[in-house]
Amino acid sequence: MRRETNLYTSIDWITVALYAVLVLMGLVNIYAAVYNEDHKSLFDFTQRYGKQFIWILASVFIIIMLLLFDSRVYSVFAWLIYGTMIFILAAVLVAGTEINASRAWFQIGTFRIQPTEFAKFATCLALAKYMSSYNFRIYRFRNLFIIAVIILAPVGLIFLQNDTGSALVFFALVLMLYREGLSGTFLIYGVVIIVLFILSMILNPVTVAIVLASLTVLFYWSVEQNLKESLFMILVYLLTFSSYFTAVRYGHFKLSQQFSVILIMGSTSVILLVWAMIKRLKTVYVIVFYLAVSVTFTSSIDYIFNNILEKHQQDRINELLGLKFDPLGTGYNVNQSKIAIGSGGFFGKGFLQGTQTKYDFVPEQSTDFIYCTVGEEWGFAGSAVVILLFLALLLRLVFLAERQRSAFNRIYGYGVISILFFHVAINVGMTIGILPVIGIPLPFFSYGGSSLWGFTILLFIFLRLDASRREVL
Amino acid sequence: MQHQYSERKYIISGIAVLVSILYLSRLFYLQIIDDSYKLSSENNSQRQVTQYPARGVLTDRRGKILVYNEAAYDLMVIPRQLKLFDTLDMCRVLEITPEFVRKTLKDARAYSRYKPSLFLKQLSPETYAVLQEKLYKFPGFFVQTRTLRKYPRKIAAHVLGYIGEVDEAKTMDDAYYKSGDYIGISGIEKSYEENLRGTKGVSIFLVDVHNRIKGSYKNGKYDTLPIPGLNIETSIDARIQELGEKLMQNKTGSIVAIEPATGEILALVSSPAYDPNLLVGRVRASNYQRLSEDSLKPLFNRALMAKYPPGSTFKLINGMIGLQEGIITPQTKFSCNMGYHSGGITVACHKHPSPLDYLGSIQNSCNAYYCNVFRDILDDRSFGSVSNSFSNWRRHVASFGFGSKLGSDLLNELPGFIPDVPYYDKYFGKNRWKSLTVISLAIGQGELGITPIQLANMTATIANRGFYYIPHIIRKIENRDSIDHKYRIKHYTTIDKQYFDLVVEGMEMVVKAGTARVAYMDSIKICGKTGTAENPHGEAHSIFVAFAPKDNPKIALAVFVENAGFGATWAAPIARLMIEKYLRDTITNPELEQRILDGDLNSRVNKVVAKKRK
Repeated sequence: MRRETNLYTSIDWITVALYAVLVLMGLVNIYAAVYNEDHKSLFDFTQRYGKQFIWILASVFIIIMLLLFDSRVYSVFAWLIYGTMIFILAAVLVAGTEINASRAWFQIGTFRIQPTEFAKFATCLALAKYMSSYNFRIYRFRNLFIIAVIILAPVGLIFLQNDTGSALVFFALVLMLYREGLSGTFLIYGVVIIVLFILSMILNPVTVAIVLASLTVLFYWSVEQNLKESLFMILVYLLTFSSYFTAVRYGHFKLSQQFSVILIMGSTSVILLVWAMIKRLKTVYVIVFYLAVSVTFTSSIDYIFNNILEKHQQDRINELLGLKFDPLGTGYNVNQSKIAIGSGGFFGKGFLQGTQTKYDFVPEQSTDFIYCTVGEEWGFAGSAVVILLFLALLLRLVFLAERQRSAFNRIYGYGVISILFFHVAINVGMTIGILPVIGIPLPFFSYGGSSLWGFTILLFIFLRLDASRREVL
Repeated sequence: MQHQYSERKYIISGIAVLVSILYLSRLFYLQIIDDSYKLSSENNSQRQVTQYPARGVLTDRRGKILVYNEAAYDLMVIPRQLKLFDTLDMCRVLEITPEFVRKTLKDARAYSRYKPSLFLKQLSPETYAVLQEKLYKFPGFFVQTRTLRKYPRKIAAHVLGYIGEVDEAKTMDDAYYKSGDYIGISGIEKSYEENLRGTKGVSIFLVDVHNRIKGSYKNGKYDTLPIPGLNIETSIDARIQELGEKLMQNKTGSIVAIEPATGEILALVSSPAYDPNLLVGRVRASNYQRLSEDSLKPLFNRALMAKYPPGSTFKLINGMIGLQEGIITPQTKFSCNMGYHSGGITVACHKHPSPLDYLGSIQNSCNAYYCNVFRDILDDRSFGSVSNSFSNWRRHVASFGFGSKLGSDLLNELPGFIPDVPYYDKYFGKNRWKSLTVISLAIGQGELGITPIQLANMTATIANRGFYYIPHIIRKIENRDSIDHKYRIKHYTTIDKQYFDLVVEGMEMVVKAGTARVAYMDSIKICGKTGTAENPHGEAHSIFVAFAPKDNPKIALAVFVENAGFGATWAAPIARLMIEKYLRDTITNPELEQRILDGDLNSRVNKVVAKKRK
């Protein structure tokens, strides 16, 4: 049974309004970022703001198109759309144009388009389609595997384009999977991995080992609540660590730090295992297992960091962790960005008054670092408003997603939420120096037709689905 | 089934809210609490560009320009703005090699990718003109204007000195100088640096990250204009400075001429000289290297720093000391038997009438006469010991400015050397030396080391009949009422005026009918004294001191020509030509001038240099 709905009354105008405000604020800030006395007109189409204005007009057209389609189109054609996008992503590797070392663009005349931006909504549609199917169970390995394939296919292709930032975006979909029942431990593991990664970058391996050891004792105590056994573990650690330090202090040999850690943890594990076998303590096995995994992980980080990450990625991480200070080299962008934002004060320097942004101190000013312009010219007040607007949008979308009757709509909705959240968090985090530089745009704000259209399509498909939510029983 | 997870919306929303709060607090910290970014922003976008003032112009005493400024152009590069360009084309225009381009750009990149680096120093206006046409083809390059010193007359290099980049130490203890600034390194450029340099101005511009100027800051409200350096009129007379340098060509030595009535230095020649333009601009480093390796040491300012034995010119001093101490009277006669013979020592003399009185001894430059006078001075019983009378002798000598720096405004003056009692005590042992031991001082030989400027100053003192002003090189600083007061003080010697009158008579005889007849002129009364300073290395140095006219003297000078033989052969004619040029602005004896110009004595000097090297 189907009910026809009036599109005008059933569309979520709150989201539309938030969208419109963000897009227009973006335009204003692009205007300020590339402001040029010789080209003052907003409609000067040789300038970026003129072009962005055109992209916005085109977006309005795209929105109308999207809303005019029957909502079932998106579900029915989900696989086709996904398949086409995968094909295009592959094609861009062959026939694309290389810009800034990324082969991620199709060039037709002076017009360039970046397929990656459109792969996001396509992937969300495919996941929604697959996960809303009748016998899908998220905890089934086979189903999880297919989800992984759906996500990793575009990720792999985008990675091959050398656009690591955009590839990372797809991992944000874990958030959606979590909402759909994926075990929360995945999120916690994610956090633990990041913490261990940072620790092993900053501290030396032996110190990391001490931290790991304390964690296992804490863990054991919190699970078993047995003081005697916890104390025994501490005793074992004290024994192994102190014999190690004595050996190093008085022995005439030198051990590499990595080897030391493996030696200490290895001997500790053997003692603990023997103890566990005698006393039949199950939890100790688990702890020894985690210990082994953690030690392997932290020891391999150096290898991964030095051999798998590229130079500029290493630099960005080193800068962020404060292991390297080079404000005119690798840290240049972030440093200038922080200066621009920091010099804004409470109310900012005023529209077009930002000296930092006006004089091209911040590279990628109108694209990835557009948030600097907000920070400098509109100050804390303006920056906070932007963050709150994005937060309002996300919370509104959570509300919309939760009111869907069909799993397809909800899953797609959470896909939109995950991707927008990741973009905003990473982009703003990078400009204010909390996260390493990952070159992805700020949704609706950053200059660029592809990204604006990509996010517009992503969002308005969901609004179209939401508008018709009552049609599905 | 799905709804069992719907409470997870709170966790997801919670994460978004938490991240927002984290970011808002970070923004609050960056924008409101931490002030350091505001300062960075100001520094970033304002660039203070130093406006260099034009350095003061130096003229001679008659207003002829010795040094002025010419615009020079430094080619700068900002590596970040570089695009591909035609290296060969650039090499052709600038006359540089592709290797140079590659290396310089590499260095510039190593310094900074965002800040301008010097690519090529001081292009000539001609090169600049060609380059400017093509500059658009070389993005990332721009030209910065500076001024360069230019010497239209190519003279007086040692007097004027040169400028060069200030050294690190100076920038540390003098806030005025920034790295890369120019500073006077020698000569007038050094001693009057503070007058000549002017005051730097500053223009504040708003610039972008590429250092491209985007406009002036607040319409130049805080800009200051550079104040040009003060022009200085030197005491040099370009005519005789030029003549002196010409006459000294292919000879080694020095001429110093002083106006006795003021102490102003009229000419200061150190030969070999060099074209001061050689030490300007891009060519400076290579030329400096070449000049400093030259065996004749053209960079060495002999006029101020070379120590010569004064030879017979020193007899004037010894004679006056004898008169002053009452050892001799003008009528005292000593006989000369082709020299002075005592205690197995012979100081040879040339053939002349004997015995001679005081004036005759000057006219004929009799060695024996002065050996007697000098021994009598030292052996004077009233002082109790040779040491005491020697100290008294030295006091008289020092009152002429010998043995210490005169304190002129040419800073690299050296003191020369007059031995004192401790010196001989150390050398021979206390009380183990007597008048005969140091007899060579009688005729201006031995340990005496006199600089040309000191000898010229002695001549000026005689011309003034008893006093001198500290020789100095400037006459007037623009906008200043007077020069340093110390150049206005008369320094009297320990000799009474009457003895100066006497010695002047003797010096007139030298030129009229004595050893320096070659310097005689009907029209000008020249008073002089020859010197032939023997030295252990080679032929004697030819020395002549003179002033003219005899009454109300206008010029006093000392001429040294190394390894040139008799004072009368080279030094005296040079002095005569200089005097005539200065007083009459003409030369009436072109044959004499030609003979001097043709004289090439450097082969002799080179022999000495070669011998010393061995």
